[in-house]
Amino acid sequence: MSGHDSKYFSTTKKGEIPELKEELNTQYKDKRKDAVKKVIAAMTVGKDVSSLFTDVVNCMQTENLELKKLVYLYLINYAKSQPDLAILAVNTFVKDSQDPNPLIRALAVRTMGCIRVDKITEYLCDPLQRCLKDDDPYVRKTAAICVAKLHDINAELVEDRGFLESLKDLISDNNPMVVANAVAALVEIQDNSARPIFEITSHTLSKLLTALNECTEWGQVFILDALSRYKAADALEAENIVERVTPRLQHANCAVVLSAVKMILQQMEMITSTDVVRNLCKKMAPPLVTLLSAEPEIQYVALRNINLIVQRRPTILAHEIKVFFCKYNDPIYVKMEKLEIMIKLASDRNIDQVLLEFKEYATEVDVDFVRKAVRAIGRCAIKLERAAERCISVLLELIKIKVNYVVQEAIIVIKDIFRRYPNTYESIIATLCESLDTLDEPEAKASMIWIIGEYAERIDNADELLESFLESFPEEPAQVQLQLLTATVKLFLKKPTEGPQQMIQVVLNNATMETDNPDLRDRAYIYWRLLSTDPEAAKDVVLAEKPVISDDSNQLDPSLLDELLANIATLSSVYHKPPETFVTRVKTAAQRTEDDEYAEGSEAGYSESSAHTADGAASPPTSASNVPYAGARQPAPAPSTNPPAALVPDLMGDLLGMDNSAMVPVDQPSTPASPPLPVLLPAATGQGLQISAQLTGQDGQIFYSILFENNSQIPLDGFMIQFNKNSFGLAAAGPLQVPQLLPGTSAATLLPMALFQNMSAGPPSSLLQVAVKNNQQPVWYFNDKISMHVFFTEDGRMERGSFLETWRSLPDSNEVSKDFPGITVNGVEATLDQLAASNMFFIAKRKHATQDVFYFSARMPRGITFLNRTHNSHWNPRHQVCHQDSKP
Amino acid sequence: MPVAASAVYFLNLRGDVLINRLYRDDVGGNMVDAFRTHIMQTKELGTCPVRQIGGCSFFYMRISNVYIVIVVSSNANVACAFKFVVEAVALFKSYFGGAFDEDAIRNNFVLIYELLDEIMDFGYPQNLSPEILKLYITQEGVRSPFSSKPTDKPVPNATLQVTGAVGWRREGLVYKKNEVFLDIVESVNLLMSSKGNVLRCDVTGKVLMKCFLSGMPDLKLGLNDKIGLEKESQLKSRPAKSGKTIELDDVTFHQCVNLTRFNSEKTVSFVPPDGEFELMKYRITEGVNLPFRVLPTIKELGRTRMEVNVKVKSVFGAKMFALGVVIKIPVPKQTAKTSFQVSSGRAKYNAAIDCIVWKIRKFPGQTEPTMSAEVELISTMTEKKSWTRPPIQMEFQVPMFTASGLRVRFLKVWEKSGYNTVEWVRYITKAGSYEIRC
Repeated sequence: MSGHDSKYFSTTKKGEIPELKEELNTQYKDKRKDAVKKVIAAMTVGKDVSSLFTDVVNCMQTENLELKKLVYLYLINYAKSQPDLAILAVNTFVKDSQDPNPLIRALAVRTMGCIRVDKITEYLCDPLQRCLKDDDPYVRKTAAICVAKLHDINAELVEDRGFLESLKDLISDNNPMVVANAVAALVEIQDNSARPIFEITSHTLSKLLTALNECTEWGQVFILDALSRYKAADALEAENIVERVTPRLQHANCAVVLSAVKMILQQMEMITSTDVVRNLCKKMAPPLVTLLSAEPEIQYVALRNINLIVQRRPTILAHEIKVFFCKYNDPIYVKMEKLEIMIKLASDRNIDQVLLEFKEYATEVDVDFVRKAVRAIGRCAIKLERAAERCISVLLELIKIKVNYVVQEAIIVIKDIFRRYPNTYESIIATLCESLDTLDEPEAKASMIWIIGEYAERIDNADELLESFLESFPEEPAQVQLQLLTATVKLFLKKPTEGPQQMIQVVLNNATMETDNPDLRDRAYIYWRLLSTDPEAAKDVVLAEKPVISDDSNQLDPSLLDELLANIATLSSVYHKPPETFVTRVKTAAQRTEDDEYAEGSEAGYSESSAHTADGAASPPTSASNVPYAGARQPAPAPSTNPPAALVPDLMGDLLGMDNSAMVPVDQPSTPASPPLPVLLPAATGQGLQISAQLTGQDGQIFYSILFENNSQIPLDGFMIQFNKNSFGLAAAGPLQVPQLLPGTSAATLLPMALFQNMSAGPPSSLLQVAVKNNQQPVWYFNDKISMHVFFTEDGRMERGSFLETWRSLPDSNEVSKDFPGITVNGVEATLDQLAASNMFFIAKRKHATQDVFYFSARMPRGITFLNRTHNSHWNPRHQVCHQDSKP
Repeated sequence: MPVAASAVYFLNLRGDVLINRLYRDDVGGNMVDAFRTHIMQTKELGTCPVRQIGGCSFFYMRISNVYIVIVVSSNANVACAFKFVVEAVALFKSYFGGAFDEDAIRNNFVLIYELLDEIMDFGYPQNLSPEILKLYITQEGVRSPFSSKPTDKPVPNATLQVTGAVGWRREGLVYKKNEVFLDIVESVNLLMSSKGNVLRCDVTGKVLMKCFLSGMPDLKLGLNDKIGLEKESQLKSRPAKSGKTIELDDVTFHQCVNLTRFNSEKTVSFVPPDGEFELMKYRITEGVNLPFRVLPTIKELGRTRMEVNVKVKSVFGAKMFALGVVIKIPVPKQTAKTSFQVSSGRAKYNAAIDCIVWKIRKFPGQTEPTMSAEVELISTMTEKKSWTRPPIQMEFQVPMFTASGLRVRFLKVWEKSGYNTVEWVRYITKAGSYEIRC
């Protein structure tokens, strides 16, 4: 017989609340219970019944467990809105926590922990203390979780009252469920606090592994998740742990299996024996495959995780590709994930089978799935060279079906295949051109236009084909316009006949005059100028050989992959994002403690000094006491050379090329002329004189590399240069030697520079003001930025020990930090080499939780030392720069 | 963090909250509105079961006409969360006596609140075994075999059992007649190409048990699987008996099975829960005996006519028979008229699913009935895209047949009182997703 609670949802129209109030205060127990049920029903559908608080609480003192539970439920929901009245319930709670019935004791503690009212929390401590030592394991396991609740409300209280110790004692409890809950609570408290609270030693490890055999499935998940943080001391220990965890792979609960997989993968990193690793991989495959027969939602979670696992250990499922074949009735999200894994597992051995599948999918109903299937064929072609031809023939077959979106998707991937295998499959272009008029999506159109432009010489009617697009040029999306522009230029360069010449006029006109899109306009101007000045150069630029592409789409960066693998089964592994990116409550405190191990003392002032930076940047310090280096400045008789903290990040930014939003290599000092110098005085403002210049360092000497270009109609001579006072005291160390410049010629020169000549007072900055004059024109003033790396000397390398010492000895106020969002570093090694080439020396690299931390040192003349710490994570590189002045 | 949930919502298809429980403070009470506006009322519904909206993540599942939504704001264990939902629904079903839907929730909301309080604490799943919970959470909705009428007094040692090492069985059970029923239920999943090549084929099997045993019995199950047999012959140092051995790709067990012992000795030993439960699941991909072969020929004769011929061959023993055989043969949407001839059973055109549905109630082994149909189509100009030809799907049950060939060799019951037990074993093979492309 099932319940009939639905009757409680229907109430009479007239004055519901007063009626309930009356019923709640009746003397009949049954009626009271019904009334409470009605209140709960009203609460469920979202009515506000908080005004009945006192009346409901009055029903609390009852022997009836069911009624008690309902009242407690009401309290959890409304105590926060009625904190003063909630205190009325405290007495009953405390009394209940001493009830002879363990169910009631546990219920009282459980509920009190859910009521987040400060006054109640205070009363919670004593009952909780008692319950943690209760005779009944059911009460203890409830109390263990309650400590985590209390910690969430008031962390200090937990520490002051010694709950953490009691909780740690429970790890040795004889009841496995108590152990599991205590572990869960400790892990959570650790996650939320700065101090190390719960560290898994080899002793706790063995205790927990024993408990694993006996506790419930959920308890096993808690324990496995906690243990996956444990780092085995050596390969032998790792093997022992793994051996005790592998039986969990046979558990029917998918969460247990995934947590076990996580733990095994973590320990496998330590294991050196290839036999053991191979054996483990063999053991993990079947349970992972079995997850695919669970509910579709669980399958989805499993597939997202398998995607990560095969990226790290492709061998695990190398032979299981068939299990990822899509079933007709799989939900779309499962199909999409399966497809992704099929691409990852595709190899020369199984590609024929895989292609048959993809082809089948490409004729299904769901458009997104069909598109992805077509794209998958293209990605396999790019990945597997030997199978490329077969992939292409499948794509051509699909194009013949003439389903619009299939054709468009196929053309997009064929463009990539052309790039991957140049001069191999161009014979199919004719087939592609047949479907030209069916294209209506920007990406497909752009791809087709790219193909026409790229192979213009092989397509007889390339000009006609392109012309058909030109009519609608102004209406096309930007992506297509850009491609049309480039393709037309290519066509013109390859077939410089009359037709293309007219076309190019039309396109350039359209792209320069008629558009508001700066990208398009700029590109058009560049082409225009290239074509009008030097068509051969234009050929070199536009028709240059392109680098071969590879299929790296959907491959994760190794260190991100590491992190995600440590988070198997969690949201992070499903999103393929590190937890910090989506968890709102960011716990930075935990990282700080780890940092201290390396550079103690420096951390404490970190937040403070960064705040200082912000101040300094907002309003330049006016009084000396505001400048962090004021202390160092006063005893020095010479004008100060110390850039204040606020300046450093900017310089570091320039140094590392941050302004370009990529960590690009610093210009090689030995070849100052090779990369183009930044234009400081454009010809338009200089009456035809264009000046490009940059500071460079060479053999410990600083030069100002300048390029003069005379675009005016008259010869220019008698060049002179002057530098304004600046923070580094940069000045010319010799006269500027530039010959007479005839119209249309240019001259480059290296001007030797000296430091500490004309120091500026006032707030330091990286600004360098330059004046240049000649005999024919007025004086030109322009600004340059000082890149600090040119000052760094070659003796800037420090020993690790002395680095550490110096780091520690620095006053906190010397430290500044700055975040550079949106920066990506490609290839750590290469970047380090480049930095070393500019005398920025790499000291050490450490890894903690989510980031790599790099330490650098550099030295400027007169013994100014820079210590630099770079937190480099994928989403948020943070540069902390510490500066020291070693002068007296 | 092993946390699975900050809040659980049960919604009906319109998005009304049927019942909800907030376990943690880190998600607001109105998060369900976000779910409604950003997922339920958009096309996103059904595209992905894990979604992030603002600072919160939502995991949801639909079960009959109810959406169960879990909200978290931390890096929660998703696998744990979904498994929790699945288990919780199984628990509710066992309390309500079968159905889980909107009405069942409304009718049992007090009970559900009580259970939600018990099975999860602060977002951490606790004991979800129906056996144990029924000891002390007893409501009118319960059909408890143990307590004839609901009482408010809890069983004295209930709490010990919730947390005990055998958290799935209560002590002191007594049956007059000790019986064990064991069912091996196999689902055959097949994907066959139009040319008759097997693309994918596997069997997922379940061993279901119903135990009516007194006391705390220790059970041991022996199957004719390869690893188990090899280990056994090793231990007894005698050659393995000839006969068919089955290689199991993977096995998973109910939490009552001692996994460590399975790992070392390869024996399935356990203290069973009382009543019905799923002892183990297994998967087999090698050496599957397909019970049916389907040979379709579909000819499109011009734009408006189609000819469909389907032959179905039963390849199990002549003395056996299959029950409830249904073969769904897809036809295009614009089908106007169909006519068929069948050598056995009955066929019907079902326009709702665009299929010809051919049913054969009793299908003996070693026979091959055929169906031939003519389909007339409405000629349409708009239908530019060719027909995608979904696969033929098949449903069936074959009693006393296992597609894997798996057999129970022994089931030993040991209890300290030394009573005798009666064991019953049944086998049945069903169609899982049995698809033949055409």
